[in-house]
Amino acid sequence: MTTTLAPEEIETGTQPTIRDAVNDYLSRVRGGDVGALPAVLGLVALTIVFAALRPTTFTNAFNFANLIHQSAALIVIAMGLVFVLLLGEIDLSAGYAAGTGAAVMGIVLTRQGQPWYLAVLAGLATGAVIGACIGLLVSRLGIPSFVVTLAAFLGLQGVLLQLIGEGGTISLRDKTLLALNNNNLPVWGGWVLFVVVVAGYAAVTFSRATSRRKGGLHADATEIILAKVAVLAVLLGAATFFLSRERSRNAAVSSIKGVPEVVLLLLVLLVGLNFLLGRTSFGRHVYAVGGNAEAARRAGINVPRVRLICFVMCSTLAAVGGFLLASYDNSVSPTTGGSDTLLYAVGAAVIGGTSLFGGKGKVMDAVLGGLVIAVIINGMGLLNQPSAVVYMVTGIVLLVAASVDAISRRRAAATGRV
Amino acid sequence: MTSPSTVTDTAAGGGMPPLLSLRGVNKSFGAVHVLQEVDFDAFPGQVTALVGDNGAGKSTLIKGIAGIYGFDSGSYSFDGHDVTVTSPKQANALGIEVVYQDLALCDNLDIVHNLFLGREITKHGRLDEATMERRAKETLAGLSVRTVKSIRQQVASLSGGQRQTVAIARSVLWNSKVVILDEPTAALGVAQTEQVLKLVRRLADNGLAVVLISHNLNDVFEVADSISVLYLGRMAAQVRAGEVNRNQVVELITGGRSGDLGLGPADALATSPGQRPDPTGPLGANVEAS
Repeated sequence: MTTTLAPEEIETGTQPTIRDAVNDYLSRVRGGDVGALPAVLGLVALTIVFAALRPTTFTNAFNFANLIHQSAALIVIAMGLVFVLLLGEIDLSAGYAAGTGAAVMGIVLTRQGQPWYLAVLAGLATGAVIGACIGLLVSRLGIPSFVVTLAAFLGLQGVLLQLIGEGGTISLRDKTLLALNNNNLPVWGGWVLFVVVVAGYAAVTFSRATSRRKGGLHADATEIILAKVAVLAVLLGAATFFLSRERSRNAAVSSIKGVPEVVLLLLVLLVGLNFLLGRTSFGRHVYAVGGNAEAARRAGINVPRVRLICFVMCSTLAAVGGFLLASYDNSVSPTTGGSDTLLYAVGAAVIGGTSLFGGKGKVMDAVLGGLVIAVIINGMGLLNQPSAVVYMVTGIVLLVAASVDAISRRRAAATGRV
Repeated sequence: MTSPSTVTDTAAGGGMPPLLSLRGVNKSFGAVHVLQEVDFDAFPGQVTALVGDNGAGKSTLIKGIAGIYGFDSGSYSFDGHDVTVTSPKQANALGIEVVYQDLALCDNLDIVHNLFLGREITKHGRLDEATMERRAKETLAGLSVRTVKSIRQQVASLSGGQRQTVAIARSVLWNSKVVILDEPTAALGVAQTEQVLKLVRRLADNGLAVVLISHNLNDVFEVADSISVLYLGRMAAQVRAGEVNRNQVVELITGGRSGDLGLGPADALATSPGQRPDPTGPLGANVEAS
């Protein structure tokens, strides 16, 4: 090869300034790549509205902690759905997979008298088996996931009823499982968590930028990374401070303060799944299958295997969500994971910015979208609105989110971004 | 094959031994005999054009070479050794890469991700983005690609020519020896076609054996060193591009023969266009013609 390339012809190791980064971000948003922006704006707007309408009840620390407990199960189920939605598929049975996983966990715990960790393992295995069945039917037989999971939705509803018995409930008395979505970390524990998260985020981003710069590649400017770390520190610091305040109505009898323990679980899942999707070959293959399954197949990716694993992930995470539901309710009933759980979870993922068309989405979307939904449910409850209104408002929010997805997709196609 | 009209392999290759060589290859789909006793050679450092009308068997031939399905019979030799290729992975392991007409790129991923799709470089189980990005940049620079603004932009934002460039770059990223291009210029404008053809020429100048499938004889004569013409599932001729003219190639494509070139008269008659040859008949006729 005699012709060599002048360095300026392909973007190389030029270090962009903050202004470049801001301009780049604005042009991405204008081009239809809105990412998590609608969810963040929605969260801010809803918080302001409810805080204005119910200044004492909505914004107090007790309600804030309650919001986290309410949304935890929703967020975990939505995290699982992100995997399936990334493929351009859907899992309508995730809600009842959560219920069935929780029921198996409850039965092993109470009727079999096994320790909590065996019960949790049994519940997780139940989720994995459900996911494997759905995944095999979708990837090997080629039945549309909508149909398979609709059948699973009905079937698992029956399984749940059979396991628990008509009108029955399984009450949880195991301390560890009850603590999962009810107890709080000690105040110092919350602050340690805060420091670990912020320092960890800073270390990871800085080391990545340094190694990229060393290799002569484009990397975010130090100021931008600093700004990101600062924003994260301020937001998380404020939340930790708020949660560290005494929120018991009668502090003399029982003291309630500290970051909920479930936050730790959510963080572990968020970081772990984010790593899986963003930094491993498997994650890249998930995006590839969602973007163009035929291209993925020709590139030598085992497409049926990727599909299968995603459905297994979805149902297994749903089972984890089921544990959280059971922990929050102190029991498992035939309606655990039923009624609106699934639709709220799908809504959470879509509101967070995960595309229903596949190939676009992040685990973080589930967290942001889950918080939006929880704020709506919580706030409407405080406004003493009847369920009818809550359903209608949630439906409209979901429609708005899906419209944002479709419109941004169309803009993206017009400007050459997908 | 010793058909008098078929130019011998060394002549087509300009004296060099072929890198990829098929002899007497057959492929049927049910009762349809798509490839019959096809001989095909690709030479290192040369562009071999594979032409033929729709349904002549071009796609079947390259899919067989690429291992998407195996040939029913016949020999497949690579770099002088007989090999069996029944899966795309085996073909890739030999150094055979195919750039399909519909490109097979993922629009939602960026250029680097697409280049390494299915063969990501990992370090301790993590994607090694920095190494992949550096190698992608080197590969594009090695192909003198100047039109791509940033290799971190999504493939959806690229023009047709740029997409084709990315697809071709992907095929040469892996020390490949044979690159098969299926109609690389079919959907491109004039300037972009020129750009891609130059790239095709550079691949061959770098020592790769390039197989170019095209309907456009302008393109073929611009870059090809030798031309192979398929006619109704049989190799009508494999000739040096400099030794034939456009009319002869057109006759070969449409009628299977042109003067001394091409299939024997019996074959050309036996396989009148629009009618699939009988699986048993023409083979016998072929032998007679020899």
